[in-house]
Amino acid sequence: MERNTMRLENISGLYESSARERISLILDTASFQEILPPSRRISSPHLKTLGMPIAFDDGIVIGEGLLEGGKVFCAAQEPGFMGGSVGEVHGAKLTGLLERAAIEKPAAVILILDTGGVRLHEANAGLIAISEIQRALFKARSMGVVVIAISAGSNGIYGGIGIVARCCDYVLITEQGRLSVSGPEVIESQKGVEEFDARDKALVWRTMGGKHRYLQNEAQAYTKDSIENIRATIAAYFGKPVPLSLEELLRQHKSLGQRLEKFRDCTDALDIWAKMGIQNPDQIPGLDDESFIAIANRVRDHD
Amino acid sequence: METFQFNFGPWSNQSKLGSKNPIIVGVVGSGNLEVLVEEVDLKGRTQFSLETSIDGFEQTWQAVLSDFAEQKRFANTLITINDGGATPAVVQLRLAQAAQQWKETP
Amino acid sequence: MTKWNTLKLNLVQRLERARTITNNKYVSPEDIVRLLELVIEPGDKICIEGNNQKHADFLSQSLAAVNNQIIYNLHIVQSNIALPAHLDIFEKKIAKKLDFCYSGEQGVRLGKLIKEGLIEVGAIHTYLELYSRYFVDLTPRVSFIAAQSADPQGNLYTGPNTEDTPPIVEATAFKNGIVIAQVNEIVENVPRIDVPSDWVTFIVKAPKNHYIEPIFTRDPALITEVQILMAMMVIKGIYIPYEINRLNHGIGFDTAAIELILPTYGEALGLKGKVCEYMSVNPCPTLIPAIESGFIKNIHCAGSELGMEDYVAARPDIFFTGPDGSLRSNRAFCQLAGHYADLFIGSTLQIDTEGNSSTATLNRIAGFGGAPNFGSDSRGRRHASKAWLKAGEESMHPGKSVIPRGRKLVVQMVETFKDKMQATFVDKLDAWQLMEDFQLSIPPIMIYGDDVTHLVTEEGIAHLHRCSNLAEREQAIRGVAGYTPVGLARNKKVVEELISKKIIQRPIDLDIDPRRATRNLLAARSIKDLVFWSDGLYKPPKRFRNW
Repeated sequence: MERNTMRLENISGLYESSARERISLILDTASFQEILPPSRRISSPHLKTLGMPIAFDDGIVIGEGLLEGGKVFCAAQEPGFMGGSVGEVHGAKLTGLLERAAIEKPAAVILILDTGGVRLHEANAGLIAISEIQRALFKARSMGVVVIAISAGSNGIYGGIGIVARCCDYVLITEQGRLSVSGPEVIESQKGVEEFDARDKALVWRTMGGKHRYLQNEAQAYTKDSIENIRATIAAYFGKPVPLSLEELLRQHKSLGQRLEKFRDCTDALDIWAKMGIQNPDQIPGLDDESFIAIANRVRDHD
Repeated sequence: METFQFNFGPWSNQSKLGSKNPIIVGVVGSGNLEVLVEEVDLKGRTQFSLETSIDGFEQTWQAVLSDFAEQKRFANTLITINDGGATPAVVQLRLAQAAQQWKETP
Repeated sequence: MTKWNTLKLNLVQRLERARTITNNKYVSPEDIVRLLELVIEPGDKICIEGNNQKHADFLSQSLAAVNNQIIYNLHIVQSNIALPAHLDIFEKKIAKKLDFCYSGEQGVRLGKLIKEGLIEVGAIHTYLELYSRYFVDLTPRVSFIAAQSADPQGNLYTGPNTEDTPPIVEATAFKNGIVIAQVNEIVENVPRIDVPSDWVTFIVKAPKNHYIEPIFTRDPALITEVQILMAMMVIKGIYIPYEINRLNHGIGFDTAAIELILPTYGEALGLKGKVCEYMSVNPCPTLIPAIESGFIKNIHCAGSELGMEDYVAARPDIFFTGPDGSLRSNRAFCQLAGHYADLFIGSTLQIDTEGNSSTATLNRIAGFGGAPNFGSDSRGRRHASKAWLKAGEESMHPGKSVIPRGRKLVVQMVETFKDKMQATFVDKLDAWQLMEDFQLSIPPIMIYGDDVTHLVTEEGIAHLHRCSNLAEREQAIRGVAGYTPVGLARNKKVVEELISKKIIQRPIDLDIDPRRATRNLLAARSIKDLVFWSDGLYKPPKRFRNW
């Protein structure tokens, strides 16, 4: 009976929640104040000319609030609107938030990302936005602000925002979360289905999903999709910015070079995991979070 | 894309125009919609302003929104909708959610 | 002098001819086409097994490769037209006449071939009807079946996907017909004997395992709030007042939503042990939480479901399993049990103002499958239950006989609009056009309005059986047809009366707050959740997994 109750707890994690729900779940109760709320009607001028429906927040919610009492800035992409994609206004909101963070220096900027990348309908504006976001991100980080990306949603984090995520101090990922640049369909259409079968979801998650990213240290934190765990993990990063120094950059490059050397001959994540010293790599995808974390922490490199 | 505006009322239960904060409910996705509710001086009316991606259903919208307006009688309320092709079932669900939140908003 | 054993003599002749290929039951795959040319005769009635899951696909393809100068004018009697090869034989003029039940994807091509005069349709049946006719005037002369394995003696194991095999083999083998089986493997000992070797004429090990489609798996991730709202209404407005304990769920997301809120919503309402204990339904993964929570006591299955084999074998108190431990399904018996259940609930594509429903769409000959067997009153029923008596009592009306009788609950559950704002409710069903286009004797109606007791939409429940005449029934339907043209044309006054008589019950009348209809009410919200509920016993097919 106990087990049944556990199953029925219905822990509303991030996965199914909307952007607004995610923010209200992650931040301290009623502490969120939205910047450029929907009533301001700052939405996409481009979608209108294409005859497509707009959203009043252009698919991203930004603002400030508290997390465990610490002042934080927060942005959440709405996965249900145009695949969470980055349009001109969407990108500008994110850029503006980061620029403001460089000035106001909150304890952290939390980016709850859930996106396919640039919104193709606004291609050029979207691409420019990505670079502006990156510049603002580095500016904030150079002022000592901790920037944390979270990947826990169904779109994953792809495209230019995948690059943005790895420009953050930390990436927190869940089992369902993904992080990459090119999407599975793009890889398949460019390289053929033998190279990458986008419909093989197990392959997609092995390659780009939370567990693999954590094992590779592309994500620095892996948690169960539970609000408690996620909040605690974020709070633990307060006051711990990763230095933006040449030293740090060189260290990361060296580490990447070593990774390339070590796993050069691997054709699948299973091979990589085996080489990392995991006994039964094929069991990893099916493992529950706790057991996975225990194994992962024994074998992965961490800073 | 079609754009509509519907007006209902005026209702007699007008309270003083305060400064109620706007609320928003829903997501503009396929088969879904977002509903923005704001307090505006409309001489006691309820006004709907909506944009929808599926053409040809003005009468359906008229019927759904009229029923909602009659039932709730929200005076001086502007309800703006961005619709991604939701069925009346989903529209009614979102409106009900919006109505509940609006009532609870100080 | 009248001969009384012509069929037997003819069988002996066919077997004689077959001796050029094999002197025992076993035939190699390379010889199959030749074998068919030797043991089939023009004009034969042929049954190719395959319902909506397993198919005798290798044998079907082989039949399509026979020489049509040797084999022609075949009369096909089979439940499903599902594979391209099922229709190739008509295009190649190997077969001419067809009696069947259902065609899914092949519906358009089937329609085309009928129009071109390449197929003469005898009739479109329901499953039970066709199985019955195997024993009347449509007895197969040669049947192709699919089995999991055979032993050297020729005993067959059909395993979890036994499905339609028993009636096909029974009718064919016991009328001196020929049963040809394709198997996935040949083993020393079969786990259990589903078909004794005496009844099997030839066996071939197919080059590939017969394909099985996982059609009963519904991903909880796709269940919507509207479906959950309707599920809540069904439980509160129908299952509770009628104490529904023996039922069949037609496959769909709507019924999956009901199954998934039993452990949560149903539990909160104190319904365990009171409703849904006995079900006639395939082992759908969405049943797992309700089983694990102790709601469901017994399930008899028409077929199996890919990935559920280990789970079913680990729950023999719930399912029908053999001495070997694996499931034994039986579509004919499941349909029979469902026919006499207290309630059927399912969805449909179109409903008219009498409550007749159809899944027929233009240019497609889809057929009926099993739905009408479940979705109809069983007027032959005599044994009473609370639900049956209550519905029967409520169906008595002035002007009708005063003889008390019970009534099966037949529930149609639909949203008023489908995708792309297509209204479910129509004034005239497409089925009428289909009847004209294909010169059918009657329009293909899936469930007749006068069999429907309850119509459930997101607007509410209409108790159609409590309406005293067609006019009242029409308004009850319009009353829950929402904002469709059919709904907007309602007589508001009559509908108000129906609401006060509780013939129409809206969520508010059932004390249901539509805002509570969220996905948080689902005991499982993803395939992975179902795996967790099953303690890892459920092994979802690859297409449903990202691990």
